[in-house]
Amino acid sequence: MTDAMPLIMALRDPESTAALDGAGWTALIAMARAEQLVGTLAERVAGLPKPAAADRLLDAARASTEHGRTLALWEAEMARRALAELNVPVVLLKGTAYVAAGLQAGRGRSIGDLDILVPRESIDAVEAALLGAGWEWVKPDPYDDAYYRRWMHELPPLIHRERDRMIDVHHTILPLTARITPDAGALIADSVALGNGLRVLAPDDMILHSVAHLFADGDLAGGLRNLWDIRCLIDEFGTATIAERARLHGLERKLARAVRLADTLYACPPFVWNEVEKSIRGPRPVFLDFARNERKGRSDFLYLRRLLARDGWGRAIRPSTRLAFYVRSHWLRMPPLMLARHLWTKWRKAAPV
Amino acid sequence: MRYVHHLQIGPASFRVGSDWRAPVAALADLYRDYPAPIDDVADYTVRLFAARPWRRWLRPAITLGGDFTLPEAVPMPLDWGVLAAEMAMNLQLALGERRYLLLHASAVERDGRAVLMTGLSGAGKSTLAALLAARGWRLMGDEFALVDPARGRVHAFPRLISLKNESIGVMQSALPNARFGPLLANTPKGDLRHLVPDAAAIARMAEPAVPSLVLYPRYGFAPAERIVPPSEGFVRLTQASTNYTALGERGFDALTRLVRNVPAMAIDYPDTDAAIAQVERLWSAL
Repeated sequence: MTDAMPLIMALRDPESTAALDGAGWTALIAMARAEQLVGTLAERVAGLPKPAAADRLLDAARASTEHGRTLALWEAEMARRALAELNVPVVLLKGTAYVAAGLQAGRGRSIGDLDILVPRESIDAVEAALLGAGWEWVKPDPYDDAYYRRWMHELPPLIHRERDRMIDVHHTILPLTARITPDAGALIADSVALGNGLRVLAPDDMILHSVAHLFADGDLAGGLRNLWDIRCLIDEFGTATIAERARLHGLERKLARAVRLADTLYACPPFVWNEVEKSIRGPRPVFLDFARNERKGRSDFLYLRRLLARDGWGRAIRPSTRLAFYVRSHWLRMPPLMLARHLWTKWRKAAPV
Repeated sequence: MRYVHHLQIGPASFRVGSDWRAPVAALADLYRDYPAPIDDVADYTVRLFAARPWRRWLRPAITLGGDFTLPEAVPMPLDWGVLAAEMAMNLQLALGERRYLLLHASAVERDGRAVLMTGLSGAGKSTLAALLAARGWRLMGDEFALVDPARGRVHAFPRLISLKNESIGVMQSALPNARFGPLLANTPKGDLRHLVPDAAAIARMAEPAVPSLVLYPRYGFAPAERIVPPSEGFVRLTQASTNYTALGERGFDALTRLVRNVPAMAIDYPDTDAAIAQVERLWSAL
């Protein structure tokens, strides 16, 4: 069965696209669109020989992500103005942070919502300031609203009534109910100021946030893009000090998984994986290593199956693997009893009256 | 997917895949004179599929998919295959097109110059364009006019002409020898029938034209004409464009150039004969 491997090959080795015919480009573009990676693909293959029709299409995709970049930066500026008087640190996250800091990971990246991180003690003031500046609630359901406020790492999403753009206000990077609890205070304390009054996470934290988002939260939807971010960030920042930082946030194993998979799919700069693996694990008996590698190898295979579950028509494939990761995402997010209660409540709400 | 058809319409090309043979066979037949995509690269992928595997056979219903989709697509009966394919192709352009500014307008050309006609559904865009084509104009399209932001020229998108309700009969008597698709009764848009554009429209679909007149027709009123100033035209055309916002500055520049340089008229008409006479007269007065 065909999967998203052609997209992986095109991103990691853009010159390999020289071998594609028209049908190959059509399939590649369809899967890149479905994985929100068409802008990234367009940047990677810019200037390489290809059919003129594909060139025109990808040029338009580049113009489009460039426009998206302008919109994302403007939205960040709007949030900065709305929150300026509060005098709290406002840390940009994900796509907006990558383009604001001019990072490789931001090149061609599609950006949807604006994600910001603020200190938890300021969250009420931030919410009030945003509501005062034209943002409005999206989730009208009182259970959802209460659920967000009590258990999530972010406020319920807000949308701006004129610009129709969504903002996610985080006070940490994983749900409060998740088994892993990163050190939100350290994330903010060590964040880096940009020239415009906004901040971004320190390099190691930026990588670790992307890792946490991909492997400790959610069902790996959009995983190829997320893993591409991780690959670019590692490429740009290196991994010299990241193991210690990962330990602080409790994300060592997730980091190891991310680096292994990024290396497998996107071929990270050489030796990164060995370095990280060694510094995380330290020396240990060979037989233990062997046993771990066996286990690790098997579950990596499942992750790869899920990440690549997209065909040349842009269709989601491997429904049972997808379902398994969907179930896993809920399992990660909250303890079993709470999960049961949550699903029960959601089911009763969804059932016809 | 199991059944596939590739086609080029003006500057846009499509790969249409289907779980069923019938929709693709009908599409391939109606579009039989259209070329394959340039360089074999399809700009847009369209999927007509069964939301659940058993829906392929058991009370089959077509779900629309593709590179770009709306969150709540309502499945359609299998008999409406051509309509489903047309809607899905339109949706790709409406949501995904970034090379051209898309105007929800019909367009006809004469001597390298184009008339654009835009208006609400029922204003008569499709019917007027088809009737003008029957009188020697070249049909550029009945749904979208594509404005090239770099040069300001209009590119053709001569897809199947979508005729609704009374206009089906009007066109059947005006063009008794033309090719029509199956009659689709009681769709959400009423009765619907597709008309295949004439040979010139297909043969010359790669030729752009200079926009020279913008018309805002309204059907069912006493004949009247009114100049539409650039400011009003700008507002109305932003509403008639599906990708004006997405194009950013390029969209703004393309649209301001269009409304500044091209004369525009609102025309009310009681019947199609009156409308055709109005268009021809306004055209010769240019």
